[in-house]
Amino acid sequence: MATTATPETLPAHEDAHDLHSHADHKPPFFQRWFMSTNHKDIGTLYLIFAIFAGVIGGAISGIMRAELAAPGIQYLGWWTTFLGGDGANFDETLHLWNVLISAHGLIMVFFMVMPAVIGGFGNWFVPIMIGAPDMAFPRMNNISFWLTFVAFCSLMISAFVPGGTGNGAGTGWTVYAPLSTSGSPGPSVDFAIFALHLAGASSIMGAINFITTIFNMRAPGMTLHKMPLFVWSVLVTAFLLLLALPVLAAAITMLLTDRNFGTTFFDPAGGGDPILYQHLFWFFGHPEVYIMILPGFGIISQIISTFSRKPVFGYLGMAYAMVAIGVVGFIVWAHHMYTVGLSVNEKMYFTAATMVIAVPTGIKIFSWIATMWGGSLEFKSPMWWALGFIFLFTVGGVTGVVLANGGIDDNLHDTYYVVAHFHYVLSLGAVTALFAGWWYWFPKMFGKMHSEFLSKLQFIVFFVGVNTLFFPMHFLGMQGMPRRYPDYATAYELWNWVATKGYEIMAVSIVIFFINVFYSLIAGKKAAPNYWGEGATTLEWTLSSPPPFHQFETLPVIDDKAGAH
Amino acid sequence: MSTVSATGPDETNAQRSNLRVGMFALGIAVAMLGLGYASVPLYRMFCQVTGLGGTTQRVDEAQAATVQAATGQTITVRFDANTDPGLPWEFRPERPKQKVTIGQRDMATFVARNDSDKPITGTATFNVTPTQAGVYFNKIQCFCFTQQTLKPGQEMRMPVLFYIDPEYLNDPDTKDVGAVTLSYTFYESADS
Repeated sequence: MATTATPETLPAHEDAHDLHSHADHKPPFFQRWFMSTNHKDIGTLYLIFAIFAGVIGGAISGIMRAELAAPGIQYLGWWTTFLGGDGANFDETLHLWNVLISAHGLIMVFFMVMPAVIGGFGNWFVPIMIGAPDMAFPRMNNISFWLTFVAFCSLMISAFVPGGTGNGAGTGWTVYAPLSTSGSPGPSVDFAIFALHLAGASSIMGAINFITTIFNMRAPGMTLHKMPLFVWSVLVTAFLLLLALPVLAAAITMLLTDRNFGTTFFDPAGGGDPILYQHLFWFFGHPEVYIMILPGFGIISQIISTFSRKPVFGYLGMAYAMVAIGVVGFIVWAHHMYTVGLSVNEKMYFTAATMVIAVPTGIKIFSWIATMWGGSLEFKSPMWWALGFIFLFTVGGVTGVVLANGGIDDNLHDTYYVVAHFHYVLSLGAVTALFAGWWYWFPKMFGKMHSEFLSKLQFIVFFVGVNTLFFPMHFLGMQGMPRRYPDYATAYELWNWVATKGYEIMAVSIVIFFINVFYSLIAGKKAAPNYWGEGATTLEWTLSSPPPFHQFETLPVIDDKAGAH
Repeated sequence: MSTVSATGPDETNAQRSNLRVGMFALGIAVAMLGLGYASVPLYRMFCQVTGLGGTTQRVDEAQAATVQAATGQTITVRFDANTDPGLPWEFRPERPKQKVTIGQRDMATFVARNDSDKPITGTATFNVTPTQAGVYFNKIQCFCFTQQTLKPGQEMRMPVLFYIDPEYLNDPDTKDVGAVTLSYTFYESADS
């Protein structure tokens, strides 16, 4: 890493145990976990919440994969009845499918990946990595978490109230008008939109908190250009949140007034235009996908550097590549809507601009490889996950370059090729980065060593599972199988069957994950302050595992001379 | 529950500084929220100026008088009429298509009939395909400029006075396009 703190300059390192007695005074249970203002506790809450939401979102995809294993409708009727609907009503049954895809998307984006990478790891490690005692606005941090929780409750409620054809919001995570306005009467879509409002407000507050913390609370000597890359990634992400989420808030507020108060922002009958909603949504939606992946980039940089025992190759290039991805991410949104009737010139612009993103992304991929080049490599489990990330994300990136072409997208739009693409970068990319970060920091956060064997086993099973699950979707998409349908022509049966088997393998890896977590918490060895050895140079490794309840009451001083620059 | 124990002048300064950066960040968020709403009129303006998405142009008599017909250059204009499912009107073009000389003003007639037993006011939205032709499609008069009210059973013939800008022939995106479709959709007016 670019920053190395020597033990001499860090009192917290030598007397970590003294600090324990002094700084480790914890409030009682209810106050500690429900009224928390401690960044580490809030980070833990976010992680628990994300795992919980991830299990629900993952279970929903399990229902979908079971249904898609064979042509015809097999299980949806049963689930419709189970959820209180009329399983014999075919329309209602198919509506449930729309509800499932919408819920899966919204939960995974807003309540799994974002809370985990930003709320969880961001809260835990950004203050520690810059040598700050806590976040800038600890109480606002608490509000952010509980708003996310309430937003999730609102989304869950939406599944049990009428949404038009049946219970639940069947609009897709994009909530396009007019399906979400005149197409979905009933309170369900209102609840879903309200959930997005709350989750958005929570994320905007979180972003303000991170920006203030990173700009104002760095320890003496910790200049912006010495910050660990994970902190850089969260800083860029926070700016993306700040610029993108209010636009979503505006768009979905207009949806709400179109639905309930007779406005016609997106209704041609009153002079509105449904395409405007798509523009607004994707002006938010494209930066949103970078919001989900950038912190993952940061985590991977820390891990590769640690297990190569080298600072990251091209530190400044890595940091500014993320800035470039963030900036360019705001001017490519219409590549999600090539088929709405854009002119040839517009398509040319958005194709070219989208392909430009491959440049900073390539810088990152090659810099990770260059970091390992000539490094003293050590293949601990987080390194396995990180290497898996580089491979999987690159596959998703390559199909992204294919889809960036307006002409090719005319053919592939809304097919399973797109589903394969975005699951490779998110479900495989972002989630692999999440597991990498989890096993990299788990002993640091909870003070108990995990099982390296189980973590590696989980990686192998997960890697085989997700590739079996998503790679065949490329074939299905190129053969023309459309997204968002519970049924398909029999020609698509084989690869759908394979994909469902892949889901089952992937599900086993999640079981291994939980076994490892519970094994470590119950029987894991006590973790040393720096259990990864000399490659781990950022500030969290100078503290005990887990860190004291309040760290850095005396600010650490970052010594420039000792830095690896 | 305070997380930082020491309070002194430094602490107050730090808090003030945090508040300043925090408010600045909040300002960015509020500005983007405003931009989200401002996008509604901006988008409309953008479409009208650029003809994006097949938005046709509106011109007055004075402008229309300055245009020279391009001799011998004709294209086919097709006419398409739709009604919203909620509007009990019958709506059709009098002729499905006609050949027009580029630069020369021409007239098309649409016919609408109210099949219900109460008077209804409707407004029509419009566009042309291919969309890149929108910027060259000029309307001098159109029933779509205003709202139309039909009494029960009333039938009305409604004219559109239009011409195709000769620039159509110079634009590489349009010069090879031999047919343009002008489409209307009638909706019941929100305030009727």
